[in-house]
Amino acid sequence: MTWVIAGFAIWALGWWLNVMLSRRPKTRATGLAVPIIFGVTIILIWECMVRGLEISPVLLPPPSMIAARFAASTGILWQDFVQTVIKGALSGYILGCGSAFLIAILIDRFPFLQRGLLPVGNFVAALPIIGMAPILVMWFGFDWQSKAAVVVVMVFFPMLVNTVQGLQATDHMQRDLMRTYAASYGQTLVKLRLPAAMPFIFNGLKIATTLALIGAIVAEFFGSPIKGMGFRISTSVGQLALDLVWAEIVVAAVVGSAFYGGVALLEKAVTFWHPSQRG
Amino acid sequence: MAGLWYRLGPIVTVVLAIFVLWYGATVALNAAWAQDKAKRAGVELTFSELVADTMSQKKPKLPAPHQVGQEIWKTTGEMVAKGRAFSKRSLLYHSTVTLSSTLLGFAMGTALGIALAVGIVYNRTMDMSVMPWVIASQTIPILAIAPMIIVVLNAVGISGLLPKAVISMYLSFFPVVVGMVKGLRSPDHMQLDQMKTWNATSGQEFWKLRLPSSMPYLFTSLKIAMAASLVGAIVGELPTGAVAGLGARLLAGSYYGQTIQIWSALITAAALAATLVGIIGLMQSVVLKRMGMVR
Repeated sequence: MTWVIAGFAIWALGWWLNVMLSRRPKTRATGLAVPIIFGVTIILIWECMVRGLEISPVLLPPPSMIAARFAASTGILWQDFVQTVIKGALSGYILGCGSAFLIAILIDRFPFLQRGLLPVGNFVAALPIIGMAPILVMWFGFDWQSKAAVVVVMVFFPMLVNTVQGLQATDHMQRDLMRTYAASYGQTLVKLRLPAAMPFIFNGLKIATTLALIGAIVAEFFGSPIKGMGFRISTSVGQLALDLVWAEIVVAAVVGSAFYGGVALLEKAVTFWHPSQRG
Repeated sequence: MAGLWYRLGPIVTVVLAIFVLWYGATVALNAAWAQDKAKRAGVELTFSELVADTMSQKKPKLPAPHQVGQEIWKTTGEMVAKGRAFSKRSLLYHSTVTLSSTLLGFAMGTALGIALAVGIVYNRTMDMSVMPWVIASQTIPILAIAPMIIVVLNAVGISGLLPKAVISMYLSFFPVVVGMVKGLRSPDHMQLDQMKTWNATSGQEFWKLRLPSSMPYLFTSLKIAMAASLVGAIVGELPTGAVAGLGARLLAGSYYGQTIQIWSALITAAALAATLVGIIGLMQSVVLKRMGMVR
């Protein structure tokens, strides 16, 4: 019972702190502190409630148990991380985004292709592409190559659509100016249109980060060697070792956030001129 | 007429090109198996025989489009004709299973998303503490924990539709939150000041200004949410052990190497997604036209 009361007390404290902080003028420090306090409060309440209400750790392990499991099985987690993230997701991400980028430039050259491929690409981007996973696993085998293939298929269309849109983002005045400078197609592309397309391209890259991780993990449900995050999650659920599952989720969350954050930082460096970055 | 061709021509060309590529790939990918079979039977295949064989295998690497079409017809139209539209082997049955959890999850996700968005717009504390976590929540590959959600909810005694719908909800609430926050904040200072001069209460301000002006944003988000919700429902069906639903058909097909079955489930899922998104698009154009917001 004390645990439950402690949980409520922590909730009240966190709430009070955040209300106090958010009443002050928004600075960098409070902008960072408020969400962190929120997150820490949730984790503490979780711990207290699981202990206080005596929820079986088979259903919902407390954060302390997950942390202990995480520390105890770093070897397995690292092996899974390399298999799924580095080999599967990252190689697929680079291949998929790279090829989409090149094809987008090609499409942009030919208006006919543009009018034909863009609606089809938009349509395909809304389809449940993840369903391709079993087929690709059959084609490319159980190892990381099939996971990379799934990731390529998943990130390709969002990236393509965004890049093509970005390449159209310049207006007539700017293109006319390049013409009066007697700029060639290549010069216009490199000096005007690609820089102008960067906000769109980074939007596509950011969407693709989460898709890449999802694709690599879900593809492992359809068959994988005996390592990998998706494999570990589905087998550990079967063994009711939920603390290990949660440890994998922590890895996935950290990797996903870091991946997204990295791309966002890169965006900030590249598109420093864009209004959304100057604010 | 020329205008129609200008718009549709390229699309038709691209779609035709996809079909040509598909048939080409069918021949290329299935040829090895056909040659193998012929060698064991001790016969030499002519080119036309080879092509015919690659398009009529039972478990091809890549089924030809017409094989997939036949399989879909066999498991939908023919079943209906026999009066067994909802037998376990009918794709219609599996589609309705997936559709129901998609729609339930979509409804829950939309409700949660709108509620969160209203909270975020009207409460500064919530804006500062919840919004970063909403964004962070999407960098977690939630589909990865789908099996756990299903197993845990099953252990608590909740099974059937709801666990799958929860996964759909998690995937679909995010676009709604982001879109609605943007939409509810879209009225500019001038409009908000006008409401103030009319002495409008904050309730009136919400119902008569903020909510109507958020509609275009809402519909755009709903389309994304619907597609995400279907993906959630399909993945949610995987760990339940391939009982019912399009995801289960995919899994069962991959266990037994039934490629035609996988492709037919995939195409059905695609058609379902296109229909659902199309319906929202239709609602969007009707509602926005009635509200006089079509640009």
